[in-house]
Amino acid sequence: MRAKIRLQIVLAGTAMGAFVTNTVRAKAFYNFPTPVTPVAEDTLFIHDLFLAIITVLFIIALGVLLYSVVRHRRSRNPEPATFTGPRTRRQWMWSAVPVLVMIVIDYIVLGIPSVEAIMTLSNKGHDRLVVVATASQWKWHYAYPRYGIGFNSVLSTPRDEIYGNAPKDKHFLLEVNHPLVLPTGEKVGIVLKSTDVIHGFWVPAFGIKQDVIPGYLRKTWVKIDRPGTYRGQCSELCGVGHSFMPIVVVAKTPAAFHEWVVAEQAREAGARAAATQTWSRQRLMTRGKVVFDRNCAVCHQASGLGIPGTFPPIATGHPFSASKALLDKLSARGFYKDGRIVEGPLSNHIDIVLHGIPGTPMPAFGKQLNASDIASVITYERNAFGNRTGQVVQPSRIVAARRAKAN
Amino acid sequence: MSISQAHGGHYYLPKPSPYPALMSTALLLLGAGGALAVNGYVLPAGWLAGAGGLLVVYVLSGWVGDVIRENRRGVYGEKEGVSFRWGMGWFIASEVIFFSSLFGVLFYERNIAVPWLASLNSHYSPWAGFKAVWPTSGPAGAAFTPEHAWGIPALNTLILLSSGVTVTWGLQQITKGHRRAATWAVGATILLGGVFLALQCREFYLAYTELHLTLGSGVYGATFFILTGFHGLHVTIGMIMLSVIFGRCLKGHFGPDNHFGFEAVSWYWHFVDVVWLMLFIFVYWL
Amino acid sequence: MSTVDIDAMEEQHHPRGITRWLYTTNHKDIGILYIAFGFLMFIVGGILAMLIRAELMEPGMKVMGPELYNQIISVHGLVMVFAALMPVSAGMVNYLIPMMIGAPDMALPRLNNFSFWLLPPAAILLVLPWLLEFFGIGNGTLDTGWTMYAPLSVQSGPGMDFAIFAVLLLFLSSTLASINILVTVLNLRAPGMTWDKIPIFVWSWVNTAVLLIVVFPALAGAAIMLLLDRHFGTHFFSAAGGGDPLLWVHMFWFFGHPEVYILLLPTAGILVHILSTFARKPVYGYKAQVYSFAAITMISVIVWAHHMYTSGLPTAANIYFMFSTMAISIPVGILFICWFGTIWKGSMTFETPMLFALGYIVLFGIGGLTGLILSDAAADQQYHGAYFVIAHFHYTLIGGPVMGVLAASYYYLPKLTGRMYDETLGKWHFWLTMIGFNVTFFPQFLLGIDGMPRRIADYAVKFAPLNMASSIGAFVLGAAQLIFLYNVYRTLVGAGKPATGRVWDGAQGLEFTLPSPPPYHTFEVPPTV
Repeated sequence: MRAKIRLQIVLAGTAMGAFVTNTVRAKAFYNFPTPVTPVAEDTLFIHDLFLAIITVLFIIALGVLLYSVVRHRRSRNPEPATFTGPRTRRQWMWSAVPVLVMIVIDYIVLGIPSVEAIMTLSNKGHDRLVVVATASQWKWHYAYPRYGIGFNSVLSTPRDEIYGNAPKDKHFLLEVNHPLVLPTGEKVGIVLKSTDVIHGFWVPAFGIKQDVIPGYLRKTWVKIDRPGTYRGQCSELCGVGHSFMPIVVVAKTPAAFHEWVVAEQAREAGARAAATQTWSRQRLMTRGKVVFDRNCAVCHQASGLGIPGTFPPIATGHPFSASKALLDKLSARGFYKDGRIVEGPLSNHIDIVLHGIPGTPMPAFGKQLNASDIASVITYERNAFGNRTGQVVQPSRIVAARRAKAN
Repeated sequence: MSISQAHGGHYYLPKPSPYPALMSTALLLLGAGGALAVNGYVLPAGWLAGAGGLLVVYVLSGWVGDVIRENRRGVYGEKEGVSFRWGMGWFIASEVIFFSSLFGVLFYERNIAVPWLASLNSHYSPWAGFKAVWPTSGPAGAAFTPEHAWGIPALNTLILLSSGVTVTWGLQQITKGHRRAATWAVGATILLGGVFLALQCREFYLAYTELHLTLGSGVYGATFFILTGFHGLHVTIGMIMLSVIFGRCLKGHFGPDNHFGFEAVSWYWHFVDVVWLMLFIFVYWL
Repeated sequence: MSTVDIDAMEEQHHPRGITRWLYTTNHKDIGILYIAFGFLMFIVGGILAMLIRAELMEPGMKVMGPELYNQIISVHGLVMVFAALMPVSAGMVNYLIPMMIGAPDMALPRLNNFSFWLLPPAAILLVLPWLLEFFGIGNGTLDTGWTMYAPLSVQSGPGMDFAIFAVLLLFLSSTLASINILVTVLNLRAPGMTWDKIPIFVWSWVNTAVLLIVVFPALAGAAIMLLLDRHFGTHFFSAAGGGDPLLWVHMFWFFGHPEVYILLLPTAGILVHILSTFARKPVYGYKAQVYSFAAITMISVIVWAHHMYTSGLPTAANIYFMFSTMAISIPVGILFICWFGTIWKGSMTFETPMLFALGYIVLFGIGGLTGLILSDAAADQQYHGAYFVIAHFHYTLIGGPVMGVLAASYYYLPKLTGRMYDETLGKWHFWLTMIGFNVTFFPQFLLGIDGMPRRIADYAVKFAPLNMASSIGAFVLGAAQLIFLYNVYRTLVGAGKPATGRVWDGAQGLEFTLPSPPPYHTFEVPPTV
């Protein structure tokens, strides 16, 4: 593929092209990460080619400008010329050559490899594995339909690091609790969905960036060369937590990947079994805090106080001021007029956590978290932040609520 | 280029005027009021928008009155007339483009968005089973009955086209100096426009009550109401302009050589006519 | 006839004080209003930019929370584009065009005043939500970025509604101003001022005005649809009702891409005048530039989806938009050749306006060349939504329009005020601006290449050193503009040598046949060219 592109450039017969292919080898100081997929290789090649060309063009133009500034100043050239356009054949040539060079660069030197790269990117060949990545404010959910597993992937950087109360980790803001795990050497299709607003799936080492459009499907693909951990971030502004929803991909050899799948399946089976048990209050509260900090704190804050006007507080006794439109939406779902959900009936609380509030950033967690986690977090919310309802929600109640809605 | 102007080569430059600044104040009040109103702050919004609305009426009557008085004093020569003609022409051009973008929306939703939604891979699609048909209220929309072209809309087409004829005939009469006939023609145009608007209101009422076709009826409802709604708004504006012309006809302001106000309004009315034809074809019929 | 004479006498005694500015129908007054408002908004947008860079100086949230950060980047973008650059550019056209083509004033003077007075309400509507937040109404202003992508903007708070009404006022203002400019140029040229003689700046504004009339209605329509989606239950941008969030993106960029040329063209026009004056040489390639403007105008409305390469359009669409975008490099390349041709073999001196004009060529050159890279639909997988894009458009929009506005300000300041500015301060301003600008934005190219997404309030530690450099550069850039303000203030209070009517010994054009400052009314009887 590389050789083919290079051949076409030589065929294009531009001196520029030949020069550039040599320059490309020299790696710039700041550059894209080492490519690990075919697409990333293509984009890096084009990037280097472009960068070399525009650097040359810029140096030539700057040279002409500086020459003119030095030679055609009043002290050295007191009598200005009077021409207003190209007159002689030579002047016409000087004017026309840059335009022709531009056309050749645009449509041949850059055009041909670009079209090839676009074709690579839109590869519709068979996928050995399909992963469904669902974006929501502000986390990713990865599902492997073939293996029946799926999990949330949220930022694991502690808030103290973000707000300067703790030293920053090496992977500050680029670390998650549960990375996406993919096999190397296989073409993997990634189906992208969004539950709320436009997000962007971007992993620089893969050379792919794909916007995720709510209500529609987008698809991209990777074929990772070597094992490793690859980090990226959401690339479309998606609200307050836009900076805090990284994408971390761990690529494993096919054998290691299958081991991971088996372990993951066992873990999920364990979680399903746990949902049928009766949990102690202590266990629910401990688990609930973990779930809350990972999934809820980004909006409702770790303090449970929310953000005035946008995110209602969980803590009782803190009035919530917001637009009437938002307050109306909330009260329609059982919030008291100050937005104090915890003082309301438990069934409303469960309903909101399971199904979200359409038109607001509150997502339907029923599709993202398992029953034990939802039971834990509701128990935690009703008994933390100074809330003292004493109510304990068992996972079985969540399972029942889900079933009731489905019917 | 030769300039033949009545006033020793002077292009008429109006005196300083309070109306532009007042008008923008009015629009500020209306904008702030609108933004508050849609968020549920009805009372303060009402005061702001009410004040803004009154100010708009005051400014329009003052500003238009100034223009009419200047015209009566004869300060507008040929050169000024050309400016008004170009100005009105470009204004209508910008309106044409505004409606084009709304028709573009209809095209996009109907021919790109809906088929795209229906073509999603059914394994992963949130809307598995959705079929691309038009009219549609989308994969999660409620059922409704679409509009039918050959009832009120067809009648309305006839009415609006006849009003185009009456206004053109009136303009011809004014160029011939037949003021009385022209006044009748403008009156007839206003009447036809009024009937059109009344029928259109009835249609919206029927859509909401009998067809269950509302703003919320997916992309069909949304595009239907935004296109017909904005057209209706423009008809209303055209009616207000025609009423001013009617008043000026009664007062005998227009003559064979002095009737650009009339002409400009007739251009606008024809533009509204043509938009309706497009609407009839692309919204109701096809 | 007598009434006319009375009017003419009245106008000699124009009102004083605040009503002079509120009620004015004089193109020079309105031009000054536009320019003053634009520079005021430059200061507002600049302070917001400083806040952004202060927050981004180091990793971790320090100065503000992400909520406020998102609001500040949104208002910074909208203010700089709509309330700073466009008004200054519209002010230049108001002040200059009647003088350049020998007209007594703009064709529709009252409408002209209305176009201007629509801007302050729009600016007020943008920042009013911050004030209302203090009174417990809403949660601040819009926080969606200036692009206002649905459905984020559907979900956003009441500030969004204020922004929607602000956009509608801006739409009205721009449309009326454009109509006025076109009518003036079409109808009020002095005898002998034929289409092949009107100055390049006028040509650039004819194209700009046409573009505004053609593209702004799309944004206005989209804004109304957004309002309906937010509060009246429509589904234009929601898949549940058969709509598509991408429709907003299409409509926004159908307007937004030409908007870049709306900002660029007027300064590309004024640039040639400045180059020609200080090279003491006529404009090179007048016709080539006029045709290039027309070509840019036409191509700019068919390339918008190059902002959407990663949104999942069909492959064929991506290839089309890539090749059509590349086509822009040809007329722009011709403009560069004409700029070089204008100074070539001239007899140049380097007063401050010339320095800024040459800075324009260099910085806009970098912006243009990186734009060529960005036209590539494949490599854009890495650039899109990253700091590379931020660096690129600041090189084009500051390197081009802002440098052009500053060059034009120094160039015409003596004409407006009748006083020369301080040349030494001007040179300090130029060099600090150049250094500050490049230190701010060059690192952002590298950050983008290294993988830093745009619009993030906080970033990974590997991006820290370059962000620190960028912030320091930004503070230098911001501080350098204070020199400019002081320099303008000096001339306004009457310090500095008196300027001659010609001002610059190489200056051409009707406006330089008038005294400095020009009388309140000029060319009441058209001059013959």
